[in-house]
Amino acid sequence: MNYVIIGNSAAAVGAVQGIRSVDNAGNITIISDEKYHTYSRPLISYWLKGAVSEDKMLYRDSDFYEKNNVETKLGVKVTAINAAEKKVILDDGSSVSYDKLLNATGSKPFVPPMEGLEYVKHKYTFMKFDDAKAIKDEIKPEVKVLIVGAGLIGLKAAEALEHYGADMTVIDLADRILPSILDKDASAVMQSYIESKGVKFILGTSVKKFNAGSAELTNGNTVIFDMVILAVGVRPNTELIAKAGGKVNRGIVTDNKQAVEGLSDVYAAGDCTESFDITSGTQKILALLPNAFMQGEIAGKNMAGEEAYYLNAIPMNAIGFFGLHIITAGSYDGNAYVETEGNRYKKLVTQGNELKGFILMGDIKRAGIYTSLIKQHISIDECDFEMLKNDPLMMAFTRERRNEKLAGGVGNG
Amino acid sequence: MKRVYVNEDWCLGCHLCEYYCAFANCDETDMAKAFKLDRAATPRIRVEDSDDIHFAVQCRQCAATPCVKACITGALSVNNGVVEIDQSRCVGCYTCILSCPYGCITIDEKNEKKTITKCELCTRNKEIEPACAANCPNRAIVFEERGEE
Repeated sequence: MNYVIIGNSAAAVGAVQGIRSVDNAGNITIISDEKYHTYSRPLISYWLKGAVSEDKMLYRDSDFYEKNNVETKLGVKVTAINAAEKKVILDDGSSVSYDKLLNATGSKPFVPPMEGLEYVKHKYTFMKFDDAKAIKDEIKPEVKVLIVGAGLIGLKAAEALEHYGADMTVIDLADRILPSILDKDASAVMQSYIESKGVKFILGTSVKKFNAGSAELTNGNTVIFDMVILAVGVRPNTELIAKAGGKVNRGIVTDNKQAVEGLSDVYAAGDCTESFDITSGTQKILALLPNAFMQGEIAGKNMAGEEAYYLNAIPMNAIGFFGLHIITAGSYDGNAYVETEGNRYKKLVTQGNELKGFILMGDIKRAGIYTSLIKQHISIDECDFEMLKNDPLMMAFTRERRNEKLAGGVGNG
Repeated sequence: MKRVYVNEDWCLGCHLCEYYCAFANCDETDMAKAFKLDRAATPRIRVEDSDDIHFAVQCRQCAATPCVKACITGALSVNNGVVEIDQSRCVGCYTCILSCPYGCITIDEKNEKKTITKCELCTRNKEIEPACAANCPNRAIVFEERGEE
């Protein structure tokens, strides 16, 4: 059996582990246009701020490929999938045949057309290790940085650059920061916290026109910069699958075994795909590392012939900025219980008798107990929800549920 | 595999397990000194108390390992069924805390990088068997084989 995986990040690694849990003999080939051993993309901001050395960027041990008997083709780009002949075409003109193929191509930065951007010499996106390296090469004392985009990527870049004493301005068309994971009130708390670290925000505003070292804004002001970081958003890499005839909406459409709709023996996992979010009941792109790994693992098992299903996907994020931590999950539509004090913020959202989502900022301990309520559809009527509002405690569950969790039931975490 | 199991009927709520855990996972050889000099580790076990119910909670070493799958750096891994943390690779993002349904992953406040810590069944310290079970005065915590993978 020949397994071919396009991509070399979390979903690809998940697939290798999934395949090898079923099939120790088949050939696995990983093809990636990045030259690196599998590394953790979210760590680029930690590397940039000097918190992680290059050898600790690895997502798996350095002998991961050898141990799992994986052949790698790194620094090579797949230009097409020929589904009829079951092979992928590479940019060096060669091709690789597959019996089962995984498309784990991830996503790419979205850079909208902006007038004058071509005149900006030092402009970067912030997604790959090479982006972080390029930025580091251009950092000088008191560097003035304009970050376009107040989302996860833009603010992680800001956190890293603060380490160099950069003078930073973050601009966003949205009127608040981190709208993809926070509600309005939590955004405000985080914004003032980050402002207290010296970062300036200009919200509800966009760049009208770039000049070589400055940006004219829609609010009439001008921002001077040495460097621009473009963190407006990301888009899934769906082109290979679309051209091969697979179904693509916003992301690649798969069934819950991660098989691509419209193609045989082709699977997809990770940021390039859509997932079914059980908390909102909608298909959406959940571009999250844990989601990518788990989808990849399910894909791998199915590719190797073991039936496995990816269920219970939810949006969820654990992230910190300048030392203030956030854990969020699920959907925020419903009845909200809110507690707020200083930089601490807690919101629990219920619909009927189920917890559907939460936001924790500042105090994130034992958050997974809330996550388990959402994922396992545990009725809040069955729990002491008043206790849970205060603190995520096992004590809030029924004795039966607790016994199942603590005295047995080790299989279904 | 052998795991730690708790029996809440027998738990006295004495919290000794937390102390023995904190001592077992520090470098100090004298227990009194460990606490007196604040050298004890962050405990990886926690006792929950109410008026009449007490029980200890720590990592179940569950087979599903949502924490390992969620870890963004590869710092968490499974070794012979035990979920281990490599603190040198942990950046303190706490995705594992988001993922653990038992609430059993803790921020290691004694580590300046605020990495996480968790129960490793005393497999990576000086103990022979889990210190919480070995030192529970009422056998409310036991370390045994119950035929689960």
